[in-house]
Amino acid sequence: MPPGTAMVELADVVVSFPTNDGGDYTAVSDIHLQVEAGTFLSVAGPTGCGKSTLLNAVAGLVAPTGGQVLIDGQPLRGLNDRVGYLFQQEALLPWKNVLDNVAFGLQLRGVGKAEREERAREWIWRVGLSGFERAYPHQLSGGMRKRAAVAQTWLVDPDILLMDEPFSALDVQTRQIMENELLDLWTGSGKTVIFVTHDLDEAVSLSDEVVLLSAGPASHIVGRYPIDLPRPRNLMDLRTRPEFTEIYARIWADLREEVMKGYERTTANTADRRR
Amino acid sequence: MAIAVVGIGTWEILVRADVMDAFFFPRPSDIAEQIGDWVSDGDIFDHLLITLTEALLALVIGSVLGLVVGFVLARWQLLAEIFDPYIKMLNSLPRVVLAPIFLLWFGLGIWSKVVFGVTLVFFIVFFNTYQGVREVSAVLVNNARILGAKEGQMLRHVFLPSALTWIFSSLHVSVGFAIVGAVVGEYLGASEGMGYLISEAEGVFDTTGVFAGMVVLAAVVLVIDLVVHRVERFLLRWKPDGAI
Ligand SMILES: Nc1ncnc2c1ncn2[C@@H]1O[C@H](COP(=O)(O)OP(=O)(O)O)[C@@H](O)[C@H]1O
Ligand SMILES: [Mg+2]
Repeated sequence: MPPGTAMVELADVVVSFPTNDGGDYTAVSDIHLQVEAGTFLSVAGPTGCGKSTLLNAVAGLVAPTGGQVLIDGQPLRGLNDRVGYLFQQEALLPWKNVLDNVAFGLQLRGVGKAEREERAREWIWRVGLSGFERAYPHQLSGGMRKRAAVAQTWLVDPDILLMDEPFSALDVQTRQIMENELLDLWTGSGKTVIFVTHDLDEAVSLSDEVVLLSAGPASHIVGRYPIDLPRPRNLMDLRTRPEFTEIYARIWADLREEVMKGYERTTANTADRRR
Repeated sequence: MAIAVVGIGTWEILVRADVMDAFFFPRPSDIAEQIGDWVSDGDIFDHLLITLTEALLALVIGSVLGLVVGFVLARWQLLAEIFDPYIKMLNSLPRVVLAPIFLLWFGLGIWSKVVFGVTLVFFIVFFNTYQGVREVSAVLVNNARILGAKEGQMLRHVFLPSALTWIFSSLHVSVGFAIVGAVVGEYLGASEGMGYLISEAEGVFDTTGVFAGMVVLAAVVLVIDLVVHRVERFLLRWKPDGAI
């Protein structure tokens, strides 16, 4: 990769959706962002501001209405075959057991049964699900399903990882454990991560950089905050360190403003509708 | 079980005491005797075999047709819009009126019954397939695509299993309709099969024979139902309990 080329670049990206009444709803607009290869970037912002929409644009699932997505300097057309995507919702196939779900990506690439199962077993072990190979998704807890999804996504070894609020539905303990494990997996992998969360604490503790989006509609980037906390990080004591609280407080001041704006807008809308 | 014993016992006593007319309500002991005769001379098995063959053919052919048409219409919105009124019209047609026509077209042999059964089974499988393919969540589809699934692989790993879920959970209904198709077809015109047996007995006012035929059919359907239930449980074992 020539120097100065970002792994993922969003140039002037606008995404709007047609609405039921024939108009357009602009979810995000005017998005400029470069993500260097190997960095861990978090996108934070109030609920409904367009975080998932941005990931969909990078994945090629949604075509930008304006601007361009560049991957490694090349304009993206159609589906992005270099990304792995951990969706916000459950995405395991309910009719496949853990082993078959994790091995699914390899199966689609035509890897033979023996080899793909061996490689899947290794990942199942890495995410701590050994012994559950034959279990179906509905037999697992939410945290275990997320682990299986992580294994499914990482097994095909994508260069870019998109993660959409992967841990938001988990309880606090499970969540901390999984955040730590995610950092372990990522460290040294050289993968570029774009991690979406509405939890600022999580964003700051995991990332090299946090990008803050404004409240929608036409959400734009409010600020970019480099996080120069040393790595490797131990999340258990990181959160009590003064550097952490200082950065956190600075971003939170901006985020709170956006959250309040978003909140006022939705309550105003409801009031309008009531009238 | 106890209810059945008491019920049949009361029936037997009422008929013996002449409270109920034995012509319209044959004694359960006579019905049992009749069934015993059929079983011992082996006739009943030939009739059953014919009926079940017709039902099985109707089930298989109707399911395959329903699956294919359901898939095609679910994946090509335009076709669905074109054919929607015709399918609705055909489905709302009372199917029994078709049976005599099929007798004319396909003769008194098994095929008129099979075709009749197919028209019953087809629509159930068709609607379930259509629904199953349409209702796959967008996340499952997107996840599979991101993992690298091509259109053919989407069909095999995502759409087909989803459609089969719907089809299996309506298997009871399909099997029931296939048997109804065969029996009604035979009843209207045939030279063998359970429907023929019942209509023959009716022709000579042999109510004992009619009841015996019904009891045999009911027993067979009950057994098939149990088997279908087991098959369904196995095929849908990945589903949470109680969702079947
Ligand atoms: N496919 C779509 N069609 C119409 N509107 C959409 C679609 N996807 C997202 N939106 C709208 O775009 C806005 C941003 O959604 P989303 O990206 O999911 O937000 P976030 O992930 O930040 O919570 C929301 O108002 C949502 O209703
Ligand atoms: Mg979202």
